[in-house]
Amino acid sequence: MSDSNSPSRPVRILIAKAGLDGHDRGAKVIARALRDAGMEVIYTGLHQTTENIVRAAIQEDVDCIGLSILSGAHMTLFPDLLEKLKKEGADDIAVFGGGIIPKDDIEALKKLGVKEIFIPGTHTQDVISWIQNNITVQE
Amino acid sequence: MSDSKKPFKKSASYREWRDSAYASQKERRAKFSSISFREQPELVTPENGGGVDYQQDLGFPGEYPFTRGVQPTMYRGRVWTMRQFAGFGSPEDTNQRFKYLLDHGQTGLSTAFDMPCLMGYDPDHPRSLGEVGREGVSVATLEDMGILFDGIALDKVTTSMTINCTATVAFAFYFALAKQRNISFDKIGGTIQNDMFKEFIAQKEWISPPPPSVKLVCDVIEFCANSAPKFNPVSISGYHIREAGSTAVQELAFTIADGLGYVEHCLGRGMKIDDFAPRLSFFFDVHNDFFEEIAKFRAARRLWARLMRERYGAKTDAACKLRTHAQTAGVSLTAQQPVNNVARVALQALAAVLGGVQSLHTNSMDETLSLPTEDAVRVALRTQQIIAEESGVTNTVDPLGGSYYIERLTNEIESEALEYIKQIDALGGMLKAVEIGFPQKEIAEAAYQFQLDVDAKEQCIVGVNKYTEGGEQEIPTLKIDHAAEKKQVERIKAYKTRRDLNKHKAALASVKSACVENRNVVPVLIDAVQDGVTLGEVSDIYREVFGVYSDPGML
Repeated sequence: MSDSNSPSRPVRILIAKAGLDGHDRGAKVIARALRDAGMEVIYTGLHQTTENIVRAAIQEDVDCIGLSILSGAHMTLFPDLLEKLKKEGADDIAVFGGGIIPKDDIEALKKLGVKEIFIPGTHTQDVISWIQNNITVQE
Repeated sequence: MSDSKKPFKKSASYREWRDSAYASQKERRAKFSSISFREQPELVTPENGGGVDYQQDLGFPGEYPFTRGVQPTMYRGRVWTMRQFAGFGSPEDTNQRFKYLLDHGQTGLSTAFDMPCLMGYDPDHPRSLGEVGREGVSVATLEDMGILFDGIALDKVTTSMTINCTATVAFAFYFALAKQRNISFDKIGGTIQNDMFKEFIAQKEWISPPPPSVKLVCDVIEFCANSAPKFNPVSISGYHIREAGSTAVQELAFTIADGLGYVEHCLGRGMKIDDFAPRLSFFFDVHNDFFEEIAKFRAARRLWARLMRERYGAKTDAACKLRTHAQTAGVSLTAQQPVNNVARVALQALAAVLGGVQSLHTNSMDETLSLPTEDAVRVALRTQQIIAEESGVTNTVDPLGGSYYIERLTNEIESEALEYIKQIDALGGMLKAVEIGFPQKEIAEAAYQFQLDVDAKEQCIVGVNKYTEGGEQEIPTLKIDHAAEKKQVERIKAYKTRRDLNKHKAALASVKSACVENRNVVPVLIDAVQDGVTLGEVSDIYREVFGVYSDPGML
């Protein structure tokens, strides 16, 4: 693992929309903010299955996945994503998320291995800083 | 000399006033902008855009160009419909919420369907896993629709249904249910959203590409023009466009342009403008900028009326009236200090009323966390009732008409929206504009700019980037039982075994041939759903015949 203070490449992030949820304003704004902060961002587009997301994450060799869910299906889709990553031996890819997720569910998701959840009202710099401080570039 | 010693001063002009006032006064900000980035003037007088030609620009309420309202007496005749959007879990769960709302004084129903319904999947489809009943009610069969409206008289209550790519199916369920209850179609009032242009632009619920999607929208318009004259076959929507991040002008322009797109498609089929235009209805957001929103509604009515008459030669008042539902802005609600949302919603609702809407939904304080609890939605409904009964604003029609500021804003918003509409005309119309991503790109830019403003504290959000003290309020939130999904999955499996297989097979074939032969699918669906065809099955036929659309995924 490289020294995260001076990686040889920028951090790579997959911003993903899973399931049937069509709310993409937040995901797109975050993706653009991360890109403007110098990170490499791939956006999956809407309506991805968790299989697609895992495949894309591996193919694109990302360091982490940011999953956005505003449809109330987060307690199904986040655990499903974590499980599929594990199955593919890719659970070194950190998962964080955002959307409409009540506090109790945030706690439950973190216990399952989701690293952080950003809810409405988050400053884009908070997401950027969190990634800089918590995500290691996998070289 | 101190102000208290200065001699009597009376400026003879706006210019003189401005020069004198600003010689010694400083403003507390460099810019005063609306959330749509519009710089607000420090003062409006007849000299700087506040003048108005009464007959030309305003007219009387209920008369062309309807700036002051679509009905002559407005709320003195009839208060707006209080129509809270509701839906979650099983049809029984939502039927209960519908009755709760009606018991508490709501005057119309509005149905939220779950993501599987909205995307064309039955509850037992693999893609529906975890999504059934979570964002709305699960209705996949005629039987489900019957349970949803159990004990509710379809000829006495009007219902709005928020559903788009599968609107033809929901419409068929509703009217087949009416048929089963021996209610004639001409007695049924209500609305189905059925607006596919804005799906591609903003809400992003689709099955097939734009051209066949627009065809299906117009099937419903045509059917209603012929057979269901009290029903609004489309609710041309700006709400979702605004929620996706557009400015007020973009919201208005793209919504009107969507409407023009449907008008042109219907005219292309040989329909007559005065026959179908009266039932085209609208749905706008009502966001934070109080006066900008009021002006937006007034500009909308005038813009639409002028276009219907000047562009399409509409001959009747009915064909020119922009009737609209409104919803307070979901995106303006905060998860932080959620009780503050009650104040936000009250102001937004007041703007909608001063803007002259026909129907209104007020958001609940807890909607950044989950779907509304009974207590929260009751407060939201009471907010409307307080405005109607206690504020006095309903006593006089268009009370802000003639305000220099409001009239200037109305003019500006109308002319700026018209600029966008001309751009879309130049691109070849809304279908072309959507296909090349023009409105989508405008919206994404505006959304990003707004976030930059919030991050920089140019745009203050109370409780989020200012006044954050005392933030950790916990309020109860609605928990939707996963049992509802299990129930709906088992129910549809059982339904599929109970169907008459031969009738069902013939019904599916009839739907498919209507699609292949480019006929109006609506009457065929009304029959087919009575023979057990499900929402998912119709959607699969659409996928097969009309194709599947995927998100281009542009940032």
